[in-house]
Amino acid sequence: MLEIQNLHANINGKEILKGINLKIGVGEIHAIMGPNGSGKSTLAQVLAGREEYEVTEGSVLYNGKNLLDMVPEDRAREGIFLAFQYPVEIPGVSNTNLLKTALNEIRKYKGQEELDAIEFLSLLKKKMKLVDLDQSLISRSVNEGFSGGEKKRNEIFQMAVLEPKLAILDETDSGLDIDALKIVANGVNKLSSKENSTIVVTHYQRLLNYIIPDFVHVLYNGRIVKSGGKELALELEEKGYDWLKDEDKETVEN
Amino acid sequence: MRDYIETKDWYLSNFKTFEESLNGESHSGIHKLRKEAISNFSEMNFPTIKDEEWKYTNIAPLLEHNFTSVNPDTDVPAIEENIINKFKFDKAENSLLVFINGHFSENLSKVLALPKDVYVGNIASAISENNEIVKKYFGKYADYEHHIFTALSTAFTRDGIFIHVPDNKIIENPIHVLFLTTLPTGQARAKDKKLLVQPRNLFVVGKNSQATIIEHYTSLEESVFFTNSVTEVIVDENSFVDHIKLQEESKKAYHIGRMEVDQEKNSNFVSHLISTGSSLSRNDFNSKFNGEGGNCALNGLFMIDRNQHFDVHSLIDHAVPHCDSHEHYKGILDDKSRGVFNGKILVRQDAQKTNAFQENNNIILSQEALVNTKPQLEIFADDVKCSHGATIGQLDNESMFYLRSRGISKDEARIILLRAFAADVTRSIKIDFIRNYMDNIISERFGE
Repeated sequence: MLEIQNLHANINGKEILKGINLKIGVGEIHAIMGPNGSGKSTLAQVLAGREEYEVTEGSVLYNGKNLLDMVPEDRAREGIFLAFQYPVEIPGVSNTNLLKTALNEIRKYKGQEELDAIEFLSLLKKKMKLVDLDQSLISRSVNEGFSGGEKKRNEIFQMAVLEPKLAILDETDSGLDIDALKIVANGVNKLSSKENSTIVVTHYQRLLNYIIPDFVHVLYNGRIVKSGGKELALELEEKGYDWLKDEDKETVEN
Repeated sequence: MRDYIETKDWYLSNFKTFEESLNGESHSGIHKLRKEAISNFSEMNFPTIKDEEWKYTNIAPLLEHNFTSVNPDTDVPAIEENIINKFKFDKAENSLLVFINGHFSENLSKVLALPKDVYVGNIASAISENNEIVKKYFGKYADYEHHIFTALSTAFTRDGIFIHVPDNKIIENPIHVLFLTTLPTGQARAKDKKLLVQPRNLFVVGKNSQATIIEHYTSLEESVFFTNSVTEVIVDENSFVDHIKLQEESKKAYHIGRMEVDQEKNSNFVSHLISTGSSLSRNDFNSKFNGEGGNCALNGLFMIDRNQHFDVHSLIDHAVPHCDSHEHYKGILDDKSRGVFNGKILVRQDAQKTNAFQENNNIILSQEALVNTKPQLEIFADDVKCSHGATIGQLDNESMFYLRSRGISKDEARIILLRAFAADVTRSIKIDFIRNYMDNIISERFGE
């Protein structure tokens, strides 16, 4: 589904990603872990098409297409969804308006009929239950005045409505209490299937008790320094990230 | 700096022609005011950027032209009804009063059934009928001793909208007043005549009464003309006036408008200025509270681009205690356009328990657009609640990316964000079809 090769990216002239290689197959869940400042969020944003980042080298193939050539909205229409680490508050734009516009633009892109108001509302109701989101939040301005947990749940709710093929969850767990974490993880699990893939970007192993990854990658200093199965996450929990700094040196030497 | 003496002389000589065209009407009581006003006009000078009130608005481009006062016999072409229909906001039956080049067109106008004794019509007829209300209120509020353009308007008083709602009458349907400017036909057009259109309006709303009035300024062609309008509004005790001014004239036109509002005890006046037209527009909105418990809201949205210049100057005079005012203007500026906001709230010494809110927010879509904003509070009382503020910013990149990452196109995302930005102003408009109209203006403008 996704093939990243030797990806380098800068922001304001500073290199953050220094050669990422990663392959994600259909139906797989990949966790990307790593200490603060290692480039996890940058990778997530670059995949979603954030224009502030400049890709200087490498390629990203998504379902055989060159992802880096696409504008952010086309990436979304092709099935990529980024759950933001810090969801943006947009006063004056209601959640429903955002979702209706987004969903219909995606459907139009795929050559499908737009949903009418009734079909859309019944879809919203169905998806709301998935993340236990209060109805009153749906009609309010996007994320405005939402608590941290509500914002994250709203991201998963949007994901549920838009039904992406590749979901990228950027620190969706950070700042959540255990109940909120369970709700979010439960939502993600219900949405994942054999047809779609998920990238879970996280700092903490805790989330991976609820979302079980097929693969775990450790990002350090702009590179993936170690990959493994779900047991790697437990090893990280135990040993921290320090021992991986040596691995980083090894990769450089190789 | 030029003094534009010849421009002034041009209007003075225009006045002679105007006076001759009045025929017998020059004996009416109003004519005394016209004479006074033209004599004031001749003694004043056009403002320059050295005048504090005109610091950021240079009217030299306006003064370069010789505009000719509209002669109703030669300069008002016949317009077909289907053209007028395009300017209606919705199919629903509303009272529609049509003025072509500032002159009332009875056959294009339609007034729905009104309560007894309500007058909705043109001021020219009211003047010729020696209407008592016109005699009592006309020219008492718009100061033609100190403002040259108001003097010009008063001197050339001929037609405009006159609405009188006596005490205890409610007019439920909005009254849509369309001021449509179009090029004259025949000889007048051949001479490349540039018109001076001067609607002169008067609204008098009695005690416990209510009216909703839409002043709609627009034009058929992208032509050069000058609209100089003056509107006087008297809101009597416990009455309610909801007012919309929509200005979407040709982007080559000039527009100078003054509105003077006089508010009695417990009266409520709400106005929305929506401005997208004219190459240069200047709007003066002044409101004065004469009695306690008054409420005044002046809101506005301007959207300008290319070389357009928009200026709004307002003054809300809290002369008495226990009045509330709310002023919120929003601007969206593109290309090399320039906006000026100057809002003054005056809270006099006796005006305790005043609540006054004033805010101006602007979004700039280009590198070259410019806004000069000056919210002002002058407070002489000590027990009041007042706030003011101004912001100038750009469309938020984070929000743009967020919307686009959900599959929404760049253009659509921009429309969504601009509508949201305008929402504080648009949502406070009570008339549904105007609210929808505003949303559509934003989509049309930015949905390239």
